[in-house]
Amino acid sequence: MNTIVESRPVASEITLLRIAAPKIARKHRAGQFVMVRVAEVGERIPLTIADSDPEAGTITIVVQAVGKTTEMLTSLGVGDEILDLAGPLGTPSEVEDFGTVIVVGGGVGTAVSYPTAVALSKAGNSVISIIGGRSQENLFFEDELAAVSTELHVCTDDGSAGRRGLVTDALADVLAATTVDRVLCAGPVVMMEAVAEVTRPYDVPTVASLNPIMVDGTGMCGGCRVSVDGTNYFACLDGPDFDAHLVDFPLLAQRNRAYVDFEAKRREAMQPCAAVSVDVEAAT
Amino acid sequence: MSERTRRERMKLDPVEMPERSADSRRTDFGEVNEGYTAELAMAEAERCLFCARPTCVEGCPVGVDIVNFVHRVEAGEFEEAAAVISADNSLPAVCGRVCPQETQCEGACGLAKKGKAIHIGHLERFVADYARDHDHAPAPVPSPTGKRVAIVGSGPSGIACASDLVGLGHEVTVFEALHEVGGVLAYGIPEFRLPKSIVAAEMDQLRARGVRFETNAVIGMVDTVDDLLSVEGYDAVFIGVGAGLPRFLNVPGENLIGVFSASEFLTRVNLMRAYVEDSDTALIEVEGKAVVVFGAGNTAMDAARTAVRLDAASVTIAYRRSREEMPARTEELDHAEAEGVRFETLVGPVELHGDDDGRLTGVMLQKMILGEPDADGRRSPVPVPEQIREIPVDVAIVAIGNTPNPLLLRATPDLEQSKWGTVVVDHDTGQTSKPGVFAGGDIVTGGATVILAMGAGRRAAAAIGEFLGSSAELEEELL
Ligand SMILES: Cc1cc2nc3c(=O)[nH]c(=O)nc-3n(C[C@H](O)[C@H](O)[C@H](O)COP(=O)(O)OP(=O)(O)OC[C@H]3O[C@@H](n4cnc5c(N)ncnc54)[C@H](O)[C@@H]3O)c2cc1C
Ligand SMILES: Cc1cc2nc3c(=O)[nH]c(=O)nc-3n(C[C@H](O)[C@H](O)[C@H](O)COP(=O)(O)OP(=O)(O)OC[C@H]3O[C@@H](n4cnc5c(N)ncnc54)[C@H](O)[C@@H]3O)c2cc1C
Ligand code: FES
Repeated sequence: MNTIVESRPVASEITLLRIAAPKIARKHRAGQFVMVRVAEVGERIPLTIADSDPEAGTITIVVQAVGKTTEMLTSLGVGDEILDLAGPLGTPSEVEDFGTVIVVGGGVGTAVSYPTAVALSKAGNSVISIIGGRSQENLFFEDELAAVSTELHVCTDDGSAGRRGLVTDALADVLAATTVDRVLCAGPVVMMEAVAEVTRPYDVPTVASLNPIMVDGTGMCGGCRVSVDGTNYFACLDGPDFDAHLVDFPLLAQRNRAYVDFEAKRREAMQPCAAVSVDVEAAT
Repeated sequence: MSERTRRERMKLDPVEMPERSADSRRTDFGEVNEGYTAELAMAEAERCLFCARPTCVEGCPVGVDIVNFVHRVEAGEFEEAAAVISADNSLPAVCGRVCPQETQCEGACGLAKKGKAIHIGHLERFVADYARDHDHAPAPVPSPTGKRVAIVGSGPSGIACASDLVGLGHEVTVFEALHEVGGVLAYGIPEFRLPKSIVAAEMDQLRARGVRFETNAVIGMVDTVDDLLSVEGYDAVFIGVGAGLPRFLNVPGENLIGVFSASEFLTRVNLMRAYVEDSDTALIEVEGKAVVVFGAGNTAMDAARTAVRLDAASVTIAYRRSREEMPARTEELDHAEAEGVRFETLVGPVELHGDDDGRLTGVMLQKMILGEPDADGRRSPVPVPEQIREIPVDVAIVAIGNTPNPLLLRATPDLEQSKWGTVVVDHDTGQTSKPGVFAGGDIVTGGATVILAMGAGRRAAAAIGEFLGSSAELEEELL
C-alpha cells in the first residue's frame, strides 16, 4: 500500500514523491491535500496533492524538508511504503473560466498552486504564473508551469534566476499592466499576506491556500481553525482556500509558531536518516 | 448459590471496586479501577434481591437480562453469565467501564434509594474480562450469504453493527477515516479509564470472524456512499461516523495558543501518544502549568484527569451550572476530585487573554446563578451583572460538546438531515431516507453514549439483515 514509485529532488531540500494511491488519484481535485504519517508514534502532516494520474493510479507530492516528519519522508526511496496516507481532503479550489488569473507560488507553495494553475488553464483561463524563491536552486516546476501559463514570472531574492525581488514586485507590475479577474496564492504566511495587500487596491478577488497546523485533517479537532472575516473556520474542512482579503494572517502566523520549541528539540534529537528509514520499514 | 433470605441480602454491604490510590494513579496512564476478583464479584452478586419486576432491566437501554447474569455470577458460572450479557450487549467490557450506570440499570435498582444499588457495571466488567481471559474462540460465523455490507466509522455503533452482520454470514468491511480503529474508544476515552488493549481485543475478535478493516478511508472524500453502493458493489451501507466536530465557546481570545478543543487535546494524547517520550506529535507544555477545562461531561473529566497525569500545577473544571447538573458519570466526578481536580461551579468564560506572542495567560470568568429550568428540565445559568474576575491560566480546554461532522453528509446530499445536521432515521431500523443506507450512533442522536450507539448499530444490523434477506429472495424470484 502507498508504495513510492518515483522519488527525485526538484530543488534544494525539496523532493518530489510519486505514490501508488489509485483511489485518491481518481478522486483528487486541485486544491486538495493528503494526511501522511510515516512511522508509528509519528505525527500526521498535511501535504498538497501536487498532481495525480488516475490512469497510472498515482499521486504526486512535493515535500520540503523543514522538520522531522518531512525529513523522514524525503529520505524514503522508490519501493518504500508510506505507513498512512488519507485523502483527498479539503474543499477543492474553485475552478471555472474566470478570464485572466494570476497564480502565485512562493517556495514550496509552488507545489500547492501548481495543480490549481493546471485546472484553471484547462477551464479556459489565461493563467499568469509567478514563482519565487531565495535563489535559483530553490525553484522548481518552471517548465511545468510554463506549459500551462501565458506568462511565467520568476523572482529570486538574490537575482540568480529571473528578476531580483519578491513575488509581490512581479505581481504589482502585472496588475498595473493587465486586467486580472482573480489571484491565487500559496506560500509562506507573510508572502500571502503581502499578496493580499498588493491586490486589495485593485479589488481583485484573491484566494490564499492556508497552511495551519493540522492533526487529523478531517474536522475532528479544530486545531486548524483560522479566522476569516472574524469567523472561525476549520481549514481542513472549509479550506484550505479562503478569501485572502479577509484572512487574519497575523493570527495564522502566530498559531503556526505554537510548537517551535518542541520542533527544534525534536530536530536536534533526530537520528541519522539511514536509521530512520529502517524504522519506517520495520513499522510498515 | 447461597440460601440467604431477602432480608439477609439487604443487610450485606456493597462490595466496592478496588482502585489504585489517587497518589499512585495520578502519575501514569494505567487503569484506575483494578476490577473485581471472582470472590468479590460473587459477594457483590449475592446482594441481588432478584426482584419479581426487575427495574434494572428496564433501566438498561438495550435490555440486558441483568437478573439472569447476576444470578450466574453468584453461582460462579461466569462464562454463562457472559453469554447472557452478550445476547444483548456486544461490548460488555467497554460498557462495564464507561456506561452511566447510575442513570440506567443501577439508578433503577430497587436498592438505589438506600444508596446501595448493586454494582451492575462492575459485575458486567468482571464477567466480560473473565470471558476474554478464558474463552479465546471467536463466535462462529455461518456460511457466507454472498452479500456485502460497508460500515462507515469504527466506533461502537459501527463495530456492533459489523459484529452482528458477520454473524449473519454477510461479508463486512469497516471503513475508518483515521489510522486507528475504535472511534471515540480509541481517540477520546483515555487509557486510564478504558485500556486500549480492551478495544484491540474486540477488534481482533471481529477480524478473526472475517470482518475487514480499511483505515485511512475517509468516506465522502475518497469513495462516496454512492460509490460504495454502485461502484464497489456493496449491497448496503451503515453510517456510524459519530458526532465529531468540536464546538467552541465563541468568546474573544479563543484562538490563542494554549486553547484547545477537548478533542484536539485528547487526540494528541490518546491517538497520537503525545505523552510517550518519543512521540512526534507536539503537545503544549502542561507540566507545572495552570489548566482550566470548560464543561463538566465525561469529555471534560477525561481532559482534566489527563492534564493531572501530565503534571499540571493545577487543574480546574469551570462549569456554568452547579455540581448537581454535571453530566459526567458520578465515578468520573469522584475520581477527578480525588486526583486533585478543582471544581469551580456557576462560572462561564467570557474572554481569554494572552501575551504578545499570542499565548494564553488568563481567563475572565463571569459569575452565574441558576435560573428557570430549560427545555430539558435543567436549570439554565444566568449571568450576574458585573461579577467578572480573571484567573491566571496557561492551558484552556473546551469540552462543551460536538456537532455532526459534515464531511460525509456534504457528499451525500440525498441523505435527509435534521436542522442540527444529524441524520434522520427510522428509530427501530436505522433506515435513512436513502434506500440501502442505514445509520446509527452519535451521527443520529448527537453526542450520546456508547451503549446507545451500540444498540443502534445492532438494530440497524437486524434491519440490514432483513433488507438483504429480502433482496436475496427477490433475486431468486426473478430467476
Ligand atoms: C493544507 C496544507 C498543505 C500543505 N502542503 C504542503 C506541501 O505540498 N509541501 C510541503 O512541503 N509542505 C506542505 N505543507 C506544510 C507541511 O505540512 C509542514 O511543513 C509539515 O507538517 C512540517 O512537519 P515537520 O515534522 O517536518 O516539521 P516541524 O518541525 O514539525 O514543523 C516545521 C513547521 O511546519 C509547520 N507544521 C508543523 N506541524 C504541522 C502540522 N501537523 N500541520 C501543518 N503544519 C505543521 C509549523 O509551522 C512548523 O513551525 C502544507 C500544510 C497544509 C496545512
Ligand atoms: C472524551 C469522551 C469521553 C466519553 N465518555 C463516555 C463514557 O464514559 N460513557 C459513555 O457511554 N459515552 C462516553 N462518550 C460518548 C461515546 O464515546 C459516544 O457516544 C460513542 O462513541 C458514539 O459512537 P459512534 O459509533 O456513534 O461514533 P464514534 O465513536 O464517534 O466513532 C465514529 C468513527 O467514525 C469515523 N468517521 C467519521 N467520519 C468518517 C468518514 N467520513 N469516513 C470514515 N470514517 C469516519 C471517526 O473517525 C470515528 O472513528 C465519550 C465521548 C468522548 C468524546
Ligand atoms: S485538522 Fe483537526 S479539525 Fe482540521
